[in-house]
Amino acid sequence: MTSTLDDSEKEKARSVSVDLNNDASLLIDIPDALCERDKVKFTVHTKTTLSSFQKPDFSVPRQHEDFIWLHDTLVETEDYAGLIIPPAPPKPDFESPREKMHKLGEGEATMTKEEYTKMKQELEAEYLAVFKKTVQVHEVFLQRLSSHPILSKDRNFQIFLEYDQDLSVRRKNAKETFGSFFKNMVKSADEVIISGIKEVDDFFEQEKTFLLDYSSKIKDSTARAEKMTRSHKNVADDYIHISATLNSLSVDDNTALKKHLEKFADLFEKLRKVEGRVASDEELKLTELLRYYMLDIQAAKDLLYRRARALADYENSNKALDKARLKSKDITQAEEHQQQCLQKFDKLSESGKRELTSFKGRRVVAFRKNLIEMAELEIKHAKNNMALLQGCIELLKSN
Amino acid sequence: MAASSPRNPPPLRGAENQDPLSEMADEDSDEGEDIFVGNSNPVAESFQPDTANGEEPADLFSEEETSTAVNSSITTFKSNGVHSDNENDLFAEVSVELSMENPSTTAKTSGAEFTPSLTLSATQPRSMEQVGYNRTSATQPRSMEQLEEEKDEDSFDMDVAVTNPEKIGDGMNAYMAYKVSTRTTLPMFRNRTFSVWRRFSDFLGLYEKLSVKHSLNGCIIPPPPEKSVVGMTKVKVGKEDSSSADFVERRRAALERYLQRVVCHPSLLQDPDVREFLERDELPRAVGTHTLSGAGFLKMINRASDAVSKMTIKISYSDAWFDNKLQEVESEDLQLRKLHAVVDSLVNHRKELCGNTAVFAKSMAMLGNSEDNTALSRALSQLAEVEDKMETLHQEQAASDFFILAELLADYIRLLGAVRGCFEQRMKTWQRWQEAQSTLQKKREVEAKLLWANKPDKLQQAKEEITEWEGKVTQYERDFDRISVTVRKEFLRFEKEKSKDFKSQIVKYLESLLQSQQRLVMFWEAFLPEAKAIA
Repeated sequence: MTSTLDDSEKEKARSVSVDLNNDASLLIDIPDALCERDKVKFTVHTKTTLSSFQKPDFSVPRQHEDFIWLHDTLVETEDYAGLIIPPAPPKPDFESPREKMHKLGEGEATMTKEEYTKMKQELEAEYLAVFKKTVQVHEVFLQRLSSHPILSKDRNFQIFLEYDQDLSVRRKNAKETFGSFFKNMVKSADEVIISGIKEVDDFFEQEKTFLLDYSSKIKDSTARAEKMTRSHKNVADDYIHISATLNSLSVDDNTALKKHLEKFADLFEKLRKVEGRVASDEELKLTELLRYYMLDIQAAKDLLYRRARALADYENSNKALDKARLKSKDITQAEEHQQQCLQKFDKLSESGKRELTSFKGRRVVAFRKNLIEMAELEIKHAKNNMALLQGCIELLKSN
Repeated sequence: MAASSPRNPPPLRGAENQDPLSEMADEDSDEGEDIFVGNSNPVAESFQPDTANGEEPADLFSEEETSTAVNSSITTFKSNGVHSDNENDLFAEVSVELSMENPSTTAKTSGAEFTPSLTLSATQPRSMEQVGYNRTSATQPRSMEQLEEEKDEDSFDMDVAVTNPEKIGDGMNAYMAYKVSTRTTLPMFRNRTFSVWRRFSDFLGLYEKLSVKHSLNGCIIPPPPEKSVVGMTKVKVGKEDSSSADFVERRRAALERYLQRVVCHPSLLQDPDVREFLERDELPRAVGTHTLSGAGFLKMINRASDAVSKMTIKISYSDAWFDNKLQEVESEDLQLRKLHAVVDSLVNHRKELCGNTAVFAKSMAMLGNSEDNTALSRALSQLAEVEDKMETLHQEQAASDFFILAELLADYIRLLGAVRGCFEQRMKTWQRWQEAQSTLQKKREVEAKLLWANKPDKLQQAKEEITEWEGKVTQYERDFDRISVTVRKEFLRFEKEKSKDFKSQIVKYLESLLQSQQRLVMFWEAFLPEAKAIA
């Protein structure tokens, strides 16, 4: 299915990030995408005034794997070790609606035609929601890159935006995939060692403690929020079945009850639409917010670890220099190495501090925006519900 | 309000209008399977039959004049006992359709309690059509206003409540006692307000007694809540958790609804057992309530429905009504069960939501604690509190879903079972009558043979037997007519009550939903400034 998101929808959809696409010199968006079973093809559209690009306005088709490639190359670039690399967008996950579709197909015989149609509509809405979400997270990823002073100038980023052929040639081959997997393993081992390193800087000491603790808590919250919004969806779905069965009852009824049942059925149909919106808004404003920052904090933690590794390297180089001086062998080499390590470490510390501070600000702003929006939406939907309920109660009482 | 004797079905109330046209049309299609002419005389004792039919056929043939025609025909005769004289004549002569249908749809005669369905004049056998027409028009309801009046007389001041469940005793002999309080202005009670203590088996015992007495009449007797070994054992053992508290509350509410339905029923209320149940301080232990376990009850209902579906009654215009209604009941039963299952699923999902919200709230609180930005930390803690309140909301809503909706549906599924039981009773009565008729026929054949064989002494005995069976046939026919009247009346009353019940419960449920949304708005509005205060 093809989906095009118009501008107003996108404005609303852009929930977790704060306004990114502001710099006119490089504007990126994903105006539409195509979904073929699980493969999503994004159209990445760039508008730029920078001379480094060949054209001022152009679009390219990209797949999810291309985004992952871009992210990984950035992570592996030494020069960016002191930066928080924006987290890779999660893989498009149509598992939940697909499973529901399967169940719906199995249960088709037990439902009335009307009920089935409604369930199908609901399912299609869910598919659409997942789709919109995945487009949004991919878009935000690119926009964070484009608004970063250093990352926006990355050569691979430019290739990603411009290269009008299939990128798969440049993507990881199997060997490289293994390579990065191994790197991740080593990193986890590093984590253990590095947590133990004595921190020299108060700022980083605080950050480390904070991020480690916060990271596990936010991971937990994300999982719980997900469960909660899923339960909410289940309740909304039940309303569909109730409405349909009430309808069947009212059709067969020939007494005064008929009218009442009809109204009741109608009300439930309206209520479930509102409940569905409540569930999906909750998901977008709360669950997705938490999930995004969970990933972002992971990226911040990665920065800390890189810096801690650099510190470890520096300390090791110091030890090596001392040893060299003792043995009076390769001193210059050791001195050079030590200088390099120190430089690297200082650079990482400096840029790391900057990045982490701006990250903090970004996070607070995003939370504020989303929590306000969520509260406002909850109130709006509840007032909607109230109006519906009051209307129905009056109708029933007046008869 | 009361009928003159317990044997009579109570006076007609709130009968619904039957379409005169359709009645007439149906009447004409008499299958002619009735060999025996029966004078349908549903209630012998307390009504004034219409003997005027023969005298004013012209009026009665025209449908438009129904009310006036009825009025005039009804007021012209007050004499009772026409039937006993006519019966023999009619037996000999014409085969006439038995009116099994419409007494319940007839209006009150002036001062009289019943208008009979079919009455043939003493003088001549009427043609089928005439009889049919007479019958119909004689049974036209007077006017909607009159029926409305009758309805209002139904409402009387009587309130019962079941409260204060208390555990008496310990261990496996323990039981729950419930306080049954009554408030009434009815003169038949000794006081205006009074209460007694009853246990669950007492309620079951009441049902047994009422069943024995009234179900043969075709009364719809409200079924009590089901026994539950598991539920009660938990309570007995003293498991003090929410599930046993829920169980007790569920049972208390169900017992209350059961009693309310019993006292709402005009003829059951008259029953001395009901009065005793409400008033008497100490009630003898009810025995034999083991048959009313949940499974046993279900079996009973299923047997009834099977029997009903197996019996085929010959088509006659009036039975179409019963057949239709039975079909309606059966399809309604299916839908109600389906709805009940869906509402159950809603209850479970809401409980799940409730649990998940609680867990989320806790994790939010922890996140708030570890947040280093002060304003955001406070906002997150506030969010955790809001979600906690949401959990309470969801829990209350789930309780509403259950106690208002699900239990309503469960009650009516059981009640529909009782309704089917009534229909079965009627079928049984019909069958008994049919069997008697066939026995009578055999006796007559025997008599004929004896006549031909010329055995005078045996002949005498045969004649005696014939008389005996003629009497039985008449009796059973009367029984059948009477039960048909009752069942029909009961059914209409049941539908009325059902409409009222459903409507009031639906409104109650919606009001609970409304209230919960109102509180939701309050909670989030309180949170909003906290979120805005983040800096």
